[in-house]
Parts: sequence; structure tokens; C-alpha cells
Amino acid sequence: MDNYYVTIGLEVHCQLLTTTKMFCRCKTDYFGKAPNTLVCPVCLGLPGSLPVLNEQALRLAILTAQALNCRILPRVVFHRKNYFYPDLPKGYQISQYDLPIGVEGKIEFDFKGNREAVRIKRVHAEEDAGKLVHEGLNLPFGCSGVDFNRCGIPLVEIVTEPDLHSPEEARECLVMLRNVVRYIGVSDGNMEEGSLRCDANVSVSPSPEKMGTKVEVKNMNSFRSVFRALRYEVDRQVELLEKGESLYQETRHWDEARGITLSARGKEEAEDYRYFPDPDLLPITLEDSFLKEIKAAISELPLTRKERLMIEHELPENEANILVQDKTLADFFEEALKEFNQPRLLCNWMLTEVLKNLNEAGIDITESKVSPQQLAELLRMIDKGEISGTIAKGVLEEMFTTGLDAREIVSKKGISLISNEKELEKVVLEVVEKNPQSVADYLSGKEKALHFLIGQVMKETKGQANPEIVKDILLKKLASEE
Amino acid sequence: MKVELFKDFTIADYHKWLREEKISLPELIEAFLERIKSIDPDLHAFLEINQQAALTEADILVKGDSFDKELAPLWGIPIAIKDNICVQGLPTTCGSRILRNYRSPYNATVIERLKEAGAIIIGKTNMDEFAMGSSTENSAFGPTRNPFDLERVAGGSSGGSAASVAALEVPISLGSDTGGSIRQPASFCGVVGLRPTYGRVSRYGLVSFASSLDQIGPIARSVDDCTRVFEIISGKDEQDSTCAPYPPFSRNDIPTEEEIRKLKIGLPREYFSGEVEKGVLELIEQSIDLLRKNNLETIEVRLPHTDYALEAYYIVSPCEASSNLARYDGVLYGFREKEGEDLESMYLSSRTRGFGEEVKRRIILGTYCLSSGYYDEYYLKGMKVRTLVRHDFEQVFEECDLLLTPVSPCLPFNLGEKTKDFYQMYLTDIFTIPSAMAGLPALSMNCGYCDHLPVGLQIIGPPFREELILGLAGFLEKRLSLTPPFPNFHQ
Repeated sequence: MDNYYVTIGLEVHCQLLTTTKMFCRCKTDYFGKAPNTLVCPVCLGLPGSLPVLNEQALRLAILTAQALNCRILPRVVFHRKNYFYPDLPKGYQISQYDLPIGVEGKIEFDFKGNREAVRIKRVHAEEDAGKLVHEGLNLPFGCSGVDFNRCGIPLVEIVTEPDLHSPEEARECLVMLRNVVRYIGVSDGNMEEGSLRCDANVSVSPSPEKMGTKVEVKNMNSFRSVFRALRYEVDRQVELLEKGESLYQETRHWDEARGITLSARGKEEAEDYRYFPDPDLLPITLEDSFLKEIKAAISELPLTRKERLMIEHELPENEANILVQDKTLADFFEEALKEFNQPRLLCNWMLTEVLKNLNEAGIDITESKVSPQQLAELLRMIDKGEISGTIAKGVLEEMFTTGLDAREIVSKKGISLISNEKELEKVVLEVVEKNPQSVADYLSGKEKALHFLIGQVMKETKGQANPEIVKDILLKKLASEE
Repeated sequence: MKVELFKDFTIADYHKWLREEKISLPELIEAFLERIKSIDPDLHAFLEINQQAALTEADILVKGDSFDKELAPLWGIPIAIKDNICVQGLPTTCGSRILRNYRSPYNATVIERLKEAGAIIIGKTNMDEFAMGSSTENSAFGPTRNPFDLERVAGGSSGGSAASVAALEVPISLGSDTGGSIRQPASFCGVVGLRPTYGRVSRYGLVSFASSLDQIGPIARSVDDCTRVFEIISGKDEQDSTCAPYPPFSRNDIPTEEEIRKLKIGLPREYFSGEVEKGVLELIEQSIDLLRKNNLETIEVRLPHTDYALEAYYIVSPCEASSNLARYDGVLYGFREKEGEDLESMYLSSRTRGFGEEVKRRIILGTYCLSSGYYDEYYLKGMKVRTLVRHDFEQVFEECDLLLTPVSPCLPFNLGEKTKDFYQMYLTDIFTIPSAMAGLPALSMNCGYCDHLPVGLQIIGPPFREELILGLAGFLEKRLSLTPPFPNFHQ
């Protein structure tokens, strides 16, 4: 296996976040809608209907190409891609061919400690097709239906050069592409819901000079399945070559349940899409000012942001990386940081407690009842010694369910830190008396025993003791025992 | 009331009669419906008669409007619509079996505008299947006959629209012109037909044959009526990206007679060759003489790429058609052959049985020409020839203002005469195709009769200069003083 060179290229489709479809005014929020309720003569391809380009779709496609460092071609031309399928009501898809929106771009990401740059071959805009439905909808037995709600939703297709050399690297590249389209707000990049789709071309070769036979892998519906499918496909190809067999250029479908790829039958002969410029749409010339205006909307991209977080706030790479994966998470972090300027501590809370609460509720940060300001306040209370970290965890949990301020919860429950030395001294004395062995251990040099004793005090006080003060008292007490 | 009374009428005359209550609007509509009922079984200009809705529409108009105020431009005027233009609720078959049971759920932009102008849609007219043909013999529902001789063709593809106007089943109609489909049947039926500049009239709701060539245009019994319909249907439309962002045509832009006398008329030598039937040529030359007598200057000009235009047209238009007609797959609407064994066999049998021979010929031709490896040789080369053809016209219009030519090299031919040899059929459009390829406006009008058959002359103008064309056409019409046709072929 190590003797083979793996080459992978990705073909990624993202649904663009426009409010209306690419060539008509039907709404795009089809997820969960009854079939064929977001349709009109244009997206159904009824006789006589004509497409009119949605400018917003064009803008978002250009923005995507710009964010991927592409050269933007000055003329936008849409081509027809002709083929027959029931989910394609016009018998052709309006797409782009030899004049895509952008070419010669690149995407950078960090992989195994290296900064990788994968070249982007092209970025083009096209319309989505409908969807075949095989069950439900009161379909007669053995019949399939077509739902055209998705038909005509704008897509951007991003094609990389075959610059990836392992399934892991391919997954990382895809994650970065997803993050970029989310950062610039062109797509919600959700693989499970199909707003981001990925096909891959995979080949293996015994020599780095000569590329192997290219196999296209489709039907991968999550980052995990992209990784698994590519892993499987690489192994399969190597195994065949090892046996001295030859590979065919073909399309294979990933079967998630069985964990294998299967040859897509009936597509042996290469399809001829008979591309030609769509005579219903006139070519568009892009003015520099228009491109500049669009480009101005590009916010900081994930990689730059990660570097900034590492430099400005001295976050470790790993933590910074997790934060920037999700733009809204990083936004939350920086918002909270304005009111609680301890980046490391804040980051730790974000990546442990906040994420834990979000996961348990099955929501993302934008749906959180806790605002960045509220989190900052909670952390300030710990910092000032008003509550302990342990208490704070419980308080945060309650903040997530009720949306109340930390201070409110603390005062309502009467939980605040016991800083009263007299009160604490009493507990410390009790603990010392009950645990002679630990005291002896500490005195014989076992530092760990101190933590145990502090823990016992915290336990007795149900976590309300101020741990700093407990430590002081304990040390004094133990010193006197010596 | 007999429609024969209206044979010389223009829209203005109908409005005068309606205002003076010499006739009521329901009576007027009834009269036309009666005419259709009486002669259309022989003529077969209509595929669908919108009887009930037309009468209801007339009632609504009468109740809603008062004669005291100005009437909408086409108030109460019955109009026939070619069956490839969508009218909500009515069939849009395009003369094809594959759309036999299809009804459009929406109105074409031109229909919206006609309705707003008060016109009454009286029915849908016969046509060559998907507008592919020059005789209406390619209709899946049988040919339309020529009102001047029922054994002859009405021309095509807008044969039904032209014949219905010529036989006064209706005073005005809409056709569509891809390579001559308005002008040639207008010529064969002795009426006026205008192909506007590409982009002058919205194509939204016109079933596409060749998108870069298709244009909707009016057919009428006089240049003035043609102008009035054109005023209503022209102008920008946000639903058609290829529609030019100009306001509607206005007849106020038509030049005065004095200005018309100053026009220089070009006579392209390529259009006066030996291919033109003698009778046709003689009548065209009489019209040219008439212009000269009225002090208009005529000059001979050259359009050297004329011969190539036809060949290029039969590459470019089938290419676009092969893609435009892919949607008729039997899945969502239209004819579907009984469930096949699988998807592919369903497609195959639906399209094999749903389309006629000429349509299939062009789909195959277009599919071939767009195939990988042939695209450059055919489609791209066809488009280059198209550019050369356009340059020809651009140069010629440096020397003259308008061109005057025959519409068709031949007189209306006999039914079945050219169906066996499709190339002979294609040649009948040899004088209408070049201007269509160049996107230019052109008009066909009657200039006399040869053996009782009408002969049409064509006026071609520069892009968006319909006012010059209509001006000259009106000028000629007045001086030719031919009576609008009222062929009395019944019994």
C-alpha cells in the first residue's frame, strides 16, 4: 500500500443561499416542504417558459470564486448540458462549460502540521435538478414520483485539481471548502441535508510520474462517508493492482450501509452532453466595479482567522482550529472576549462546557439561549471568586435551559461561594480529623493528598467553598500538624 | 350578420361600427364564430375554437366599458393565435401529437398584452408541427388549405393564422416566424405579416423551436391593422432575457409620405435570380416600378452570403430545436406511450410515436451537429456563417434604407407536391431565412395575383426600424389599391 501514490480530486456542489431560484422567482426553502409546492412554469420547464437569471445567484457564485482565489472571467456564458432524466424537466441543465465564472484558484488548509495548497480548477454556477421519490406520497406500487421543489435552486460547482494524496487530506480539504462557503455566507454547506455534495475522482499508481486509472466515486453524504468511501476505494484499487488486474475508468456509488463502492451500471459509454450556449440567456459582461463591490463582502476566511486567534490571543493551534471550524462559534468567542479578556480560559469553556451543552440540546450556537455576554459574566464571577468552577458548570447548564443570567440563577438558588473563613475553618478541621491517613501522606511529601483534602472540603460544602481560601486554611492547618 | 360586410374593414372601422351601435360586440363575435363554423371544416385553419369563452369575454367587455370613453386599442377585436403560443386554459399542441392533450396553465406575455388591449381570443390555429415546415402539411392534425385554392397549401408554418385572416374567419392573428413562418404563409394567403426584429416582442409563452430565431408577429388584412397589433405586443419583458429593453413600437414613428419618397430601396441581386417563378417576378417588378414612378430611388445591391444562409439555418435551428424539444419526454405532461419496460424504452416509444417525421429529422440532425467532435464543424461554423450573413446586411444598409424582395420564389403549391422531397420544401424559404438569421425585421404583403393566386413582396429593414418597413408597406398598399381578400370558396 505504501508503494502506491494516491491521487484525489474533488467536485463539490453547494446550494447557494438565495431567497429565490436561479431562473425564476420560486422560493428556495424547500427543506421539509410538501412535494411540488415550490414550482412554476419556468422551473417545471413547461412549454414556452423562459429562464431569467437571478442576479443574487450570480453574485454568490462570483463571491465563491473570489474567496477561492480564482481568476474571474470577464464574460459569463451559460451553456445547456443535455441529457434525459425524469428529474430534469427541460431535458437539459443550465450550467456552464468552457467559460466558468472562475478558474485557476486555490484553497489552503493545514494538514499534519503542513500548510497545503490545493489548486481549484474551476468554479461555475448551474441549476439544481429535481428529486426522484420512491416511497410515500401515496405512490402506486412500483411507481416513482418526482419532486421539483429543488429544481432550479442555484448551485456553485467547485472542482479541484487532483492535488490530494490521501483520504484524510481529501476530507480536510472538503472541511475547509465547507468552512469557506459558510464564512462568506454563500451556502449553509450541510452535507446531511444535501446543501453540500461531494464527488471524488480517485486513482492509485505505482509511480508518481504516471497517474493511474481515474474512478469517480459518488453518493457520499457526510464527511465521514467521504473519508470511508475514499479509504475503501484506494484499498480496492491497490488490491486489484496487486493481483495484477487492471482498473476501468468508471463511476462507482458509495453504499454507506455496506461500506463498499459499487459500479454504476448502464453508464459504460461516456455520455455526450452536447453542450452549447443557451440561446435563451444572453452573455453577461462583468464590470470591474461590480466585481470589486462583490469582493468587498468577503470577510476574514477561516485560515486567516485561525492565525489571528493564535497570535492575538495566544490560543494553541488545536483550540483555535476547532473554534474557526464554525464561523458562528468563533464569532461567539470573540464577542464574549470583549467582556472577558482571558482568551485561554474562555476558549476552554467554549470548547468543553459550551459545546457539551449544545450537543446535548442538539442545537448549534446560533440557536443558543446563552449570549456571549452572559457567558462572559459567568466567567467573570468565577474569576472574582464569587462561585467555583464546579458550581459554574451547573449554572451554565441552567442558563442553557432557561436563558437566565448567571447572577440571577446564583442568587435565586442561594448558591454563592463560602468565603467566610470561620465557617470554612470548621469544615477543614472536620475533614482533617476524618482523614488522618491523607494528612500523614501529605506530611510525608505526597502533594496529591492535598488535592484530595481540598476535594473533601468542597464535597462537604457542596462545592460552594472558595477553593483558594480552603487551600490557604488547609495549608496553615497542616503546617501546624507538622 | 355576415362577415362579408367587413371585408374591407380595419380595426378603426370595427370600432366605428361598435360605437355607432350598428353592431353589438356579441353580434360581431357571433358573426365570426358563424363564419368559422361554416368554412373551417374545408379550410382547417383552426385547431381549437374558443367559442364560449370568447362570448363570455365579449359580455364582460360590454359590461365593463362605456363607449363614451376611448376604447382600448383592440377592444372587442377577435384574434386567432397560433397554437405554439400559450393561452391559459386552452390547448397548446404546437400541431404535435406529443402535446395533443396539453393545456397551458399560463398566458404568454403577448396574450396578457392583447387581453389588456381588449382583444378577444377566438381560437388556436393550425401549424406545422413545432413550426417546422413551410406548408402546414406537417401538422399532426391535417393540413390547412389555401383559401384561394383548396387544393393548394396555405404556406407554413403559420398556415392556420394566415389562412384564417385571409378567409376572414378572424380579422387579425398572431403567428411566429423562425425562418419565414409568418411571411411565407402571409404571402401565400395574400395578407400582411410582420416578422419583428429579434428581441422586439417577448417570446415568453411562445413554445421554443429555435430560440435565437423565433419571433412572434402579427398577421392582418391591412398594414394599419398589422401596425396596431404590433404596437400592443412589442416592448420589453422581464420574463424574456432576450427581449430588448425598448418601449413598445409607436405608429407615431412611421415616416410621412414625403419622408418615404426620400427612402432609397435596395434590390438584392441574389433575390431576383432564375429560381424565382416568372409570375412572381413580374408582380414584384411592377411594385418596384410603382415606387420608381413615385420618385423613390432604387439601387441594386449584393448580399453575397445569401446561398449559405439556408445551409447554416438548417444547422443552427435543428441544433437549438434538438435541445428545446428534449422536454417532451412523456414524464411531466404530454403524450406518453404506455409504460415501457424501463425509463429508456418509455422515452423512446413516447418520442418515436409522439413526434412526426420532419420533427424527428431535425432532432436527429441537431443532435448530430451538437455531438462532441462535430460541434466545431457544424454548430460553430453555422454561427460563423450567420455572422457573415449579418455583415452582408449591415453593409447593404449603409447604401440603402430598406430592401425589397420576393417573399417566396414560388406560388402556393399543391398539397403533397413537396412533401416527398424535404429539400424542395426548404427551398421555398430561401428569401426569408437570411433576414431571420440576421435578426432583422421583415414584412410580407400582397402585391397582386398570378393565376388567381396571391403573390407577396417582402420589405426588409435594419434592426428596430419597423417604422420604415411599415411606412413603405402602407405607402405601397395605398397605391397598389388591391382589395383585401375575401375568397368565396364555399359551395
